[in-house]
Amino acid sequence: MAAKKAPEKSNVSKDELLKYYREMLLIRRFEEKAGQLYGMGLIGGFCHLYIGQEAVVVGLEACTKDGDKRITSYRDHGHMLACGMAANGVMAELTGRAGGYSKGKGGSMHMFSKERHFYGGHGIVAAQVPLGAGLAFSDWYKGNDNVTFAYFGDGAANQGQVYEAYNMAELWGLPVVFVIENNQYAMGTSMKRATKSVTLYGRGTAYGIPGEQVDGMDVLAVKAAGEKAVEHCRSGQGPYILEMMTYRYRGHSMSDPAKYRTREEVEKIKQEKDCIEHVRDLLTQGGLSSEDELKAIDKEIKEIVNASAEFAKESPEPDLSELWTDIYA
Amino acid sequence: MATEVLMPALSPTMEEGTLAKWLVKEGDKVKSGQILAEIETDKATMEFEAVDEGTVGRLLVAEGTANVKVNTPIAVMIEDGEGADAAPAAAPVVAAAAAPSAAPAAASAAAPVAVVSKASPDWAPGTPMKTMTVREALREAMAEEMRANPNVFLMGEEVGEYQGAYKISQGLLDEFGPKRVIDTPITEIGFTGIAVGAAWGGLNPIVEFMTFNFAMQAIDHIINSAAKTNYMSGGQVPCPIVFRGANGAAARVGAQHSQDYAAWYAAIPGLRVVMPYSASDAKGLLKQAIRDPNPVVFLENEILYGQTFDVPDLPDFTIPFGKARVWREGTDVTIVSFGIGMKYALEAADLLAKDGISAEVIDLRTLRPIDYDTVLASVQKTNRCVTVEEGFPVGSIGDHMASTIMQRAFDYLDAPVVTCTGKDVPMPYAANLEKHALVTTAEVVAAVKSVCYR
Ligand SMILES: Cc1ncc(C[n+]2csc(CCOP(=O)(O)OP(=O)(O)O)c2C)c(N)n1
Ligand SMILES: [Mg+2]
Repeated sequence: MAAKKAPEKSNVSKDELLKYYREMLLIRRFEEKAGQLYGMGLIGGFCHLYIGQEAVVVGLEACTKDGDKRITSYRDHGHMLACGMAANGVMAELTGRAGGYSKGKGGSMHMFSKERHFYGGHGIVAAQVPLGAGLAFSDWYKGNDNVTFAYFGDGAANQGQVYEAYNMAELWGLPVVFVIENNQYAMGTSMKRATKSVTLYGRGTAYGIPGEQVDGMDVLAVKAAGEKAVEHCRSGQGPYILEMMTYRYRGHSMSDPAKYRTREEVEKIKQEKDCIEHVRDLLTQGGLSSEDELKAIDKEIKEIVNASAEFAKESPEPDLSELWTDIYA
Repeated sequence: MATEVLMPALSPTMEEGTLAKWLVKEGDKVKSGQILAEIETDKATMEFEAVDEGTVGRLLVAEGTANVKVNTPIAVMIEDGEGADAAPAAAPVVAAAAAPSAAPAAASAAAPVAVVSKASPDWAPGTPMKTMTVREALREAMAEEMRANPNVFLMGEEVGEYQGAYKISQGLLDEFGPKRVIDTPITEIGFTGIAVGAAWGGLNPIVEFMTFNFAMQAIDHIINSAAKTNYMSGGQVPCPIVFRGANGAAARVGAQHSQDYAAWYAAIPGLRVVMPYSASDAKGLLKQAIRDPNPVVFLENEILYGQTFDVPDLPDFTIPFGKARVWREGTDVTIVSFGIGMKYALEAADLLAKDGISAEVIDLRTLRPIDYDTVLASVQKTNRCVTVEEGFPVGSIGDHMASTIMQRAFDYLDAPVVTCTGKDVPMPYAANLEKHALVTTAEVVAAVKSVCYR
């Protein structure tokens, strides 16, 4: 088994580390539970788990302020939990029940919360990129200093509309952070089989957008890069690109046999780079937290997740009249 | 406490699978995340992981067992320290006798033998037949045409190394190599434009859209570039290309992944539009599409991919465009459908027969051109017509058929034509709502009864 990197010393406070630990763990346990409910037939259709990538969204959410917006793809459960949407409402949407964020009408891929400024949950690869730039346009137009985070994958990064959005975002100086979650695969296609570009953030150069590559498995690195990007956007300097190097542990969706990569490759990353283990090590080996303290958090998270599953099972199916509502505003 | 491990659902459409292999045995300690078994669905072999740690108390289903229904207990896990006798004595599931491959996956999919069209047979009587799934038929059609014509190539997302998102192109990369089975990045409008250009340049591309929902990214090239250029060039620049992939609703995949584009594409002059139901039509019409000198939109259906039908065992079997198939002859009403709509039409005809109503069921198969004559001849006989499709009601194929029948057979009609369609709403995710959003067999039966004044 590969040796783990010794945790570097961090100047980050215990409270902050515990917050990351808790938030990342919530996503992981939630997703494991979702996978389980899928296997039981309680969740249907497509269900894309975020396991492995938790540090990206947790680190960036730590850079947001009230009124900042976010938008992402179908791999959206983590983003919703991290921006403060309730586990119950998300899980009940996964089971297609009335208690879900979209009353059961959206499903795993399509959830929204106006209150938390979460604009979905999009099933068409890369559609959320110009949409995110448009959300930023609304803040730019109104003259406030809010920022939009537009998350998309390495596969999505090859869609043409991304570059149309880049061009206009820079042209007009829109406050949008383009977050490329480079988990290295688009379904079964590794990034190397989809492009000769060495980096994805580098493509911003052609449009004049600054950016950088970030260790997306390290929540502290994500947070630091996020601060820089957000400062750039808030101060009216236009968009910024963050290419988060990350990894998904599970298949693309529940029905992906994942034959395009080896188990060893997955195991190696789990052993050496896991974002939750990383923070756990910082807490324990730095002498900040005891095992017991973390175990108590684990238990608390497990209870939240179990409660959400119960809620999602017990929440009733939507009333049949809902078929005909919400088609028009 | 002992817990049962249930047969998991590993895809949106999986109802049963084969327990291919156990990777643990009774008494083994397992960790959460450890692979317990390999399970075969119709699409792929998947690894099945343990959710919690524990010890394997009992394996309830023998490896190699086929047709294990989702949610059947397949093993019992016990916690450390418990004896195996803590495992409830569940009746072991005996390996089901291997079902003959001819057995239809769903009874509804297989047409009763008597319904083979007499009016316009696609093959001569006595032709040897073989059974195959729609998926295999599509694959065979592409492989045969690729063998016959070196200018035919396949392009799309995950068609090569992944063997196709829905396994239609399985094996083609091995046989034809990466120059002819081309994996693209996720760039629909880009690769569609490239394929159209390649067709202008004298090649015969087959473009696979993972589903037609994603072809909306590329619809400009399908319509503005592929469909119109022969006309705009005064006949100098034809575009021999096939756009194919899954169309319409799968199961529980929500509003952006469940749309039926039949009526959209059927509206466009310059395109040919095909929407097969059976495997023989899938095969014969896809081969025809690849040979056609025009752009063909070929609309498949994920739910039909795994269904089994008889296909003539001929070295070169094609079906011409613009020829409907009469699946079932009848005297009281004509039911016109296509694609997966045929499932509801045929089910309804069976039910109606029990009520003494004899329905003639016609599968249009191609939506551009449409075989009006077969439909009109039938309506002149039955004097009543109901159309069935999954798409939205406004501007549907049914609307078009109703207006055509009104204009050309008005005097023959004893009742207005009734159209059965999907509901006028985006597809909801919730299971109960989804059922109501789709057209149902019960609605078809009710529509037929209404036109028969019964
Ligand atoms: C326009 C479009 N094309 C194809 C698909 C099918 N599809 C869904 S996800 C996906 C892969 C996307 O990969 P990536 O952008 O890297 O995101 P990840 O899944 O890794 O988070 C594909 C091809 C789609 N949903 N939309
Ligand atoms: Mg990816």
